[in-house]
Amino acid sequence: MNDDRPSVIGRLQASFRNSPRGFIFFCLLPTLVLMLVFTYYPFFRGIVMAFQNYQLFDLTNVHYIGLDNFKNMFEDAKFKFAAVNSVYWVFISLIAQFTIGLSVALLLNKRFRGRGFFQGFVFYPWALSGFLIGLIWKWMFNSQIGVINDLLLRSGIIHERIGFLSDPNWAMASVIIANVWYGIAFFAIMLLAALQSVPSELYEAGSMDGANGARKLLNITLPYIMPTVITTTLLRAIWIFNDPSIIYGLTNGGPAGSTHILSSLMLDKIMYSGDYGAASAIGILMIGILLLYTIFYLTVTRAAKLGDF
Amino acid sequence: MQRHLFKGSKAVFLALYLIVMVFPLYWIVITSLKPQKEIFSFPLKYWPTHLTFQNYINIIKISKFHIYIFNSLLISISAALVVVVIAVLSAYVLARFKFRAHKHVMLGFFLTQMLPGFVALAPLYLLMSRLDLINTRASLILMYTVGLIPFSTILLKGFFERIPSSLEEAAMIDGCSRLSALIRVIMPVMLNGIAATFIFAFVQNWNELFMAVLFIDDESLKTLPVAMNSFVMKFDVDWGAMSAGTVLSVLPTIALFAIAQRFIVEGLTQGAVKG
Repeated sequence: MNDDRPSVIGRLQASFRNSPRGFIFFCLLPTLVLMLVFTYYPFFRGIVMAFQNYQLFDLTNVHYIGLDNFKNMFEDAKFKFAAVNSVYWVFISLIAQFTIGLSVALLLNKRFRGRGFFQGFVFYPWALSGFLIGLIWKWMFNSQIGVINDLLLRSGIIHERIGFLSDPNWAMASVIIANVWYGIAFFAIMLLAALQSVPSELYEAGSMDGANGARKLLNITLPYIMPTVITTTLLRAIWIFNDPSIIYGLTNGGPAGSTHILSSLMLDKIMYSGDYGAASAIGILMIGILLLYTIFYLTVTRAAKLGDF
Repeated sequence: MQRHLFKGSKAVFLALYLIVMVFPLYWIVITSLKPQKEIFSFPLKYWPTHLTFQNYINIIKISKFHIYIFNSLLISISAALVVVVIAVLSAYVLARFKFRAHKHVMLGFFLTQMLPGFVALAPLYLLMSRLDLINTRASLILMYTVGLIPFSTILLKGFFERIPSSLEEAAMIDGCSRLSALIRVIMPVMLNGIAATFIFAFVQNWNELFMAVLFIDDESLKTLPVAMNSFVMKFDVDWGAMSAGTVLSVLPTIALFAIAQRFIVEGLTQGAVKG
């Protein structure tokens, strides 16, 4: 329309008119440049650091040290603890989030009065940061004046206050509870959206063949939403594994390192000890674990068709 | 009879679930409205007898929370705006054209969502100090923009794919260039998707903690999460102020998410739910 305007934009527009290649390049340029410089370059720089002695407070003494960071890592008792914790953290959180999330989605899939209202209230944790969720639960888990202790005491379930976050036997369970609470909404939202896309003809056909509710769930609903189940559990497991923010807000790895997972231990090394080399070594190990996990998961679930997500 | 029992247990499950989900929010709000004495005295009051805004007045008067709120708003809005512009361009191209690097670009996006981002955190700090961006709002605007490009692009791509390409082709036959067809014809049709992406980006920026803690320590430049973080370290026991700070931090995002949630889910599930 205004291509004859002698402006820069006008001339640019004119040059793209007949050349989608130029247009594609122009549109992707900012994305590619920013991602290469500020995402991939630092990432690879981080990988290199794992093989260096790289201390923030001793930057004049940066040099390659081979695999020493890894050796130190495997000898560190805190690391072993964090590695084991990571396994519990990911699998318990994932299974609980998924099971509860799917139940909620199935129940919400039928229309009932007040469903919209209900959804709004149920899904809000999505909007909160893990750090703030950690703070909220830290307050509720408080061993002196925490509301959870109060409720349990009042209902007679316990007779003495529990140090949910100060007792090493309880601390890991407590952070996992908060994490489960945080993640249910994600599964409920995604699975509900998938459920609502199941064509109703399928159910009608099922009814004609005399299928009852349970059969329909097993033979129609679950197979249909399988691609969503696979992508959401795969992605969620990775995010849970990578995200230390709830732990950071709740316990910051304490008491005595008993609630560290790999990612929170790595963060601790960056934020507090400034030992970038040691942090990167943990990061590389995490990348390795993620790769193995993804390959394993995709091989196992290959039978089910993946969407192109 | 059985049917009735089933329905009844469903209702009980949903009611329980609702209570469990809402209670933490209720509790932090109620705590923030209690006078200091009541927060720390037994028996705990589940419905406070004296409601007061004293905790809020304190964190603004004493702890200067209005400065942090301003910084958070400025940074979150700026980065969300920039990311929407950049992501609209890349999402449009990825939705409409098949070209040789298409697969690689998409893979490049997905990897950023899967790899542990903290590997890049330390080098980013060094990069920011080399660029002289430590203790500037620009560092966060830049990094938040970059961090959200992949997700926003994937989200917007889903919206673009739902708009028939005949729409811009018609405009181009009428003499529009592709860019102006995109801006004048397509974008107005997908304002929902753009708004949802903006809100999603805003919420993420508003919540981001670790880069902000690492890049900013000047009091006047801190964002809300950074302020809350130093709060935790300083006043670990002052739960009146803590809860007020938490409520101020979560209310805006909850409100925004309530508005945009439906569209975000639509965009996100577009690819995954095809089946």
